[in-house]
Order: sequence, then structure tokens, then C-alpha cells
Amino acid sequence: MSDKLLEIKNLTINYTTEDGVVNAVNGIDFDLKEGETLGLVGETGAGKTTTALGIMRLVPNPPGKVISGEILFEGKDLLKESEDDMRAIRGNFVSMIFQDPMTSLNPVMTVGEQIAEVIELHQNVTKSEAWEKAKEMLELVGIPGPRVVDYPHQFSGGMKQRVIIAISLACNPKLLIADEPTTALDVTIQAQVLDLMNELKEKFKTAMVMITHDLGVVAQVCDKVAIMYAGEIVESGNLVDIYENTSHPYTHGLFGSIPNLDEDIERLNPIKGLMPDPTNLPTGCKFHPRCPHAQALCKEKAPVTTTLNSGHRVKCLAYEGLIKAPALTGNKEVG
Amino acid sequence: MADNILEVRNLKKHFNTAKGLLHAVDGINFTIERGKTLGIVGESGCGKSTTGRVILRLLEATEGEIIFEGKNIRDYSKEEMRRLREEMQIIFQDPFASLNPRMTVSEIIGEPLIIHKMCKNKEELTARVKELMDTVGLSQRLLNTYPHELDGGRRQRIGIARALSLNPKFIVCDEPVSALDVSIQAQVLNLMQDLQKKLGLTYIFITHDLSVVKHFSDDIAVMYLGQLVEKAPAHKLFKNPTHPYTKALLSAIPVPSLKHKMERVRLEGEIASPISPEPGCRFAKRCIHARPECVSADPNLIEVLDARDHFVACHLVDGMMD
Repeated sequence: MSDKLLEIKNLTINYTTEDGVVNAVNGIDFDLKEGETLGLVGETGAGKTTTALGIMRLVPNPPGKVISGEILFEGKDLLKESEDDMRAIRGNFVSMIFQDPMTSLNPVMTVGEQIAEVIELHQNVTKSEAWEKAKEMLELVGIPGPRVVDYPHQFSGGMKQRVIIAISLACNPKLLIADEPTTALDVTIQAQVLDLMNELKEKFKTAMVMITHDLGVVAQVCDKVAIMYAGEIVESGNLVDIYENTSHPYTHGLFGSIPNLDEDIERLNPIKGLMPDPTNLPTGCKFHPRCPHAQALCKEKAPVTTTLNSGHRVKCLAYEGLIKAPALTGNKEVG
Repeated sequence: MADNILEVRNLKKHFNTAKGLLHAVDGINFTIERGKTLGIVGESGCGKSTTGRVILRLLEATEGEIIFEGKNIRDYSKEEMRRLREEMQIIFQDPFASLNPRMTVSEIIGEPLIIHKMCKNKEELTARVKELMDTVGLSQRLLNTYPHELDGGRRQRIGIARALSLNPKFIVCDEPVSALDVSIQAQVLNLMQDLQKKLGLTYIFITHDLSVVKHFSDDIAVMYLGQLVEKAPAHKLFKNPTHPYTKALLSAIPVPSLKHKMERVRLEGEIASPISPEPGCRFAKRCIHARPECVSADPNLIEVLDARDHFVACHLVDGMMD
């Protein structure tokens, strides 16, 4: 057996809608070792959340459907598990934090009941033991234990997200999927929650997939990064690969769009155009209509993943030697 | 002397709530020079959006003066205010909620022109709407589409075109790019910068995004619980943050770079309630440097040593100057 906790191979997920087939996730591959954190980065509609739901087997069906691929968790393909087995895996081995802390808690249950519910469901404990554990979890995330009897509306946004973290870690899962866990929070509260997540991750040796659009958050929390565009991973690697040896034109565009605190620039250098319509993706390289380096071949031939050095992978014809390579290496503006 | 388009003196906005008086904006003072951008930053509930609305008199101030081009507009009648709206406009945060879903793009952009009787006839109106769409980079084929057919970036461009339609001098931009993806956010920021240069606009740019505000503003004012805690030119504020809250706020920004190492000032606790606040520094309870005098008296916004444009409201800094 390999040391990989999670291995995703050629995962493809579609939604069938009245307007046509939405190609949300198009053959992505990545893997994760125990205790590692992967940042899954992309803009709205890139397929990040669908990927997460796919791993949890929570893609709403219909309209969504996993077309192909394998999701190997500890060597077992989650896509082949029965629904009952899957229920035992969710929350216990793999658990998820949703984006919006305001809507992902049940407003008519106390937070203690919501934490205890997970523990009772998955572990062989009595009601009172589960309640005690719920209190412990709450203290672990920095909320005073006596507040277990409070309802979600009595907590602030940052506190609610802490409660959700407590729920997701209550059964000590091996893999945590966090979908934009701090996007709805203010920066100082975001900093507190990220610190907490880093601390707990170390403590429990939990592997994590962190979904975000914020490259700043990734730099603080993640070991590896995968950049998604139009349902594909266009570039992946460790932090140095992505931040300092940026190779894909889209990743460059993302960095160019963010104002940099350390340097003063007169004008931002955004990516032109808009995200493509997922029911009607461009031919060839999906980024070519927006790419400043696109050439005729990019329109026809879809790039395959090229490995630059161990672990740094990029999906662009320039690295296959098929088009003239733009001088892209290094995280500086490209001419 | 600087040519100030707007001056705000001791501006207050209090709301009556069941639990007591909510001090949303509590005695703020600032000036904006013509053609410049003042960024107002702060976290949820600090009163930054209320400040923007009170300045435009979309909300009536409780106390204070709003001096626009030399006149206190709080004394203006309804009719005078209506005429003044041609000069002061606002761009709202949420491009999904701030456009009427039952109006087409041309109706939305044209509405202010009709209300203010800026066009003689239909042809002139259509021509002006088309011109505005060109200005903000909206294709003319979208003239008769509805907002729901468009993406967030285009919708925000409609909001900008609408704000520009009356040729204002001054625009309050309330989180104009917060709802947009980064690549689209950069496009809209560039557009707003170009328009400022071309039309000589003055902006108040309200945001919680510190990297954006640094890039976009000439001066930055930091708000905490209804008060200004620090105000300085953008580069000075980032180079030499002086108020303990500003320091904590700046150090909490996740920076997308591996080289950037900044010592983190961790803030404990969360923002206190703005309802019937206790006297003294509003930040004292979370401040690691708090001393007894911090909870007894309100700090004043004062100049930082040898910097005539850098102001901070903190007893500790005040003490150093004595």
C-alpha cells in the first residue's frame, strides 16, 4: 500500500441541466499524504466545491453525476462504497466544513446537541458521554464549555465557524475538507480561525483539502497547491513551485490581479475576459481565449499534464514543446 | 491651501434599538482633497457603510457637519438635496441586489437622466446611455438585457455607469469589488482608476480588503466601533502603523507571498457591541497595551510626531508627545 491517504484519479463530474451539460470537473488528479494540506484554488465556477462534494459523495444526483474516475481513500475507492458504508465514513473518517457558518448550523438545536449528534452517531458512547465530549470539543476550539447549551444565533460569525470546526473534528477524522472556511469572516477573526485550524491540524495529524480563492490564505496554511480553471487542475505543486516558479499563464494572471502589499504598482494586471461557460467550454486549451500567450495550436490541441520537476505539474502546450514557450518562470509580470 | 471637496466634522449617527442607543458613527472628522481617494477600512459593524450613507444624506446624521464644496449640506432642503445628487453619487456593494431585476440595462442607466431631466428627448437619452456604456466597457448589444442575464463584473459596471450618468464630482464606493472574483475585481478597479483620472472624480472607497485599499487609495482612515482610530497617506499607514488596532489589522492580512514575513499581532476576543458603549478607548478591552487611562477618557485623534498628515487616536501615542 502506498503512503497516500487520498488519491484522486481522472475524476469527472457533470451536471445535466436544461441548458445543456455542465462540465464542472474534467478529469482531475491529485493526492494527499497523511497530515498534509492541499490548497485547491480557483475562481467562482472553477469546480472546487463540486470536487469537494465529489469526495464526500454528496454531489446532488440528479442533476449531478460522477462520470468517471476513482477516489481512493486509504486505498479503497469511495465511489464503489455502498450508501450505508459511506454514511459511516462521512463525519468519522472524512469530514467537511462548509463555507457559510451562518447557514450550516441548525438554528433550533443547541450547539452542544449538534456536536454530540456526530459523536453519538459514529462512536459507541452513551448520551452523557457524548455530551461531555461535546463540551471538550467546544473548549478545544476556544469557546467556554458552559456555552454548549446556547443556540447558534447567540454566537458571532467567527464563533459559529469554531462550532463547525468542533463538529467536523469531533470524531477525529483523517481527512478534513474545508470549503472556504474563512471567506465570510473579518480579517482579524479569519486570522484567529486559521491559527486554530493550523493548531488542531498539527494536534490531530489531520490531512486537509482547503478550498479557497485566496492565495494569501493558502500561503499561510497549505503545503501544496492545485490551481483549478474550468474544471481542470492547470498547475499544481508545493508552495515554492506555485508562488516563486509560477508556470501556468492563468496562475500568473491570478497573481497579477491581486494588489501586492509589499510593492507599489500603478495598475493591476488582470486576466482579460471572463470565465468560460461551463456548458460550452472552449476547444483545445480551455484558457486559450483569455491567455496572453495563446497561439493557433492552443485552440486545437488540449494540453496534457507536464511534470517540470518532481511534483510541479503544469497543463500548458508551452511545456510540451509544442508552442514557443513564453518566459513564464518566476513570479514577475510577464511581458 | 488644499482644495478640499468634502469635510466632515464631528459626524454622528445613532440608531434607537430595543437594547439601547447604537452608536454606529460616533464623532468622526476628516477631509478629502479634490480628485483624491479616501479609503475607509474596518471590520463588519465598524460603521464604515453608515458613514458613506450619512455623508450622502441617504441616512440623516444625528449630529455634526457635512461640508461639501464649502457648504454644510445638512441644512439643505429636499429640493436642494435633489439637485446636489447630481454631484454626489454612490456605487453599492452587491451588484446582485442593487439593480432592479425588472428593468433593462438601458432603463437602469437612463433612470437618473430622466429623473434629473438631463436629456431633451429619447434620442439624446439613448445616445447618452450608449456613451456611458462605452465609458464603463459594456458592449452596446447588452442595451436591452436584464441584470440576471449578466455576470457580477458586468452588473457592477452597470452600477458604475448609473453612478456616472449625472456627471458627479464625488462618488461613495461601498465595497464595489467585494462580491467579485479576483480577476474581475482587478478589471473593475482598473476601470475605476481610469475614470477617476479622466473625469477628475473624488472617491470615498469603503472596504474591508486592506490590500485593495492600499492599492487604490491616497489616504486611508481606519475605523473601529464608530470612530476613526488612525488616518494617514496609504503608504505611511502601511509602513508605520501606529494605533494598536491598525497594527493588528495589518498583521492579520494573509499575504500571497512566501517572502512576506510579518510578526503577527494576535487579537483576542471580538469586536464589542456598539450599543451604549462605555467611555474611554473603544479598543481598550482587546488592546495588549491598555493602561488605566485608556478606559477613563476618550482618546483624541492627534498628529503623530513629525508627520503632519498622520493622525492617530490613542492615549499611548498621545502620552509620548507630552
